Amino acid sequence: MSEERGGGGRGRGGAKGKDADKNKGGDRPRGGFFRRRRVCKFCAEKIDYINYKDVRLLMPFLPERGKIQPRRISGTCALHQRKLQTAIKRARQLALIPYVTD
Amino acid sequence: MSTTRQYELVYVLTPESSDEQVAELHTQIEQIVQRYNGTIDKSENWGRRKLAYEIGHHREGNYVVETITGSGELMKEIGRRLRVLDAVIRHLVVRVDEELRVAERTRDARKSTQARRRTARGLPPEPQPGEGRGDNMDQDDDRGDKYDRGDRYDRGDKYEVQR
Repeated sequence: MSEERGGGGRGRGGAKGKDADKNKGGDRPRGGFFRRRRVCKFCAEKIDYINYKDVRLLMPFLPERGKIQPRRISGTCALHQRKLQTAIKRARQLALIPYVTD
Repeated sequence: MSTTRQYELVYVLTPESSDEQVAELHTQIEQIVQRYNGTIDKSENWGRRKLAYEIGHHREGNYVVETITGSGELMKEIGRRLRVLDAVIRHLVVRVDEELRVAERTRDARKSTQARRRTARGLPPEPQPGEGRGDNMDQDDDRGDKYDRGDRYDRGDKYEVQR
């Protein structure tokens, strides 16, 4: 029951059943938790123009605090993140979206 | 001398302002637009809406959206007027023609590349109904994440018992 995973421990073969349990929280082959490959929402749904008046479109990119979600989290591509940013800022000016929420 | 462009004007009136006041301001803007040889392409009244944050002790506002074609001087004049009025708590002018043109161009470009690729594959240029994988929502299967699967917990003695 030795749970040694040498050299990055890529090979899953050795660690089955009980060993996998112990390995939890320890060193994971490649950084951390299950990660889903994210796709830019605007590319996927083919939204060409990000309308600042469409609050329903913008809201998913504002977590509770009201800050703009970074694209490393949301998976938005650089082009659309830039357009999203201006849209959110315009919507904020018109009080459609909060600047901060506490 | 002055080029015509398309703008979008959004203004927010105090919640106390009546429908007549809203209509009056609309006609005022219409007059200014006419004076500067512009046109109002579209006018939308969203009615009363909750503000995301308080503006001068108001929690709600009457939103009006107007799409105007005209010169920059016209929009400058409208902006100046709206700033003066106390009933207007917020207003925003955005030039939209360029952005819409860009959006249209990307849409056309996508369509033509799609058509080209499809004809190259010997298909009709337009996608037929009922073709493809159905919904586009779930295009990411999780292949390639395989090495990350070390997250299962101990299955207990179940298998040993069965064996």
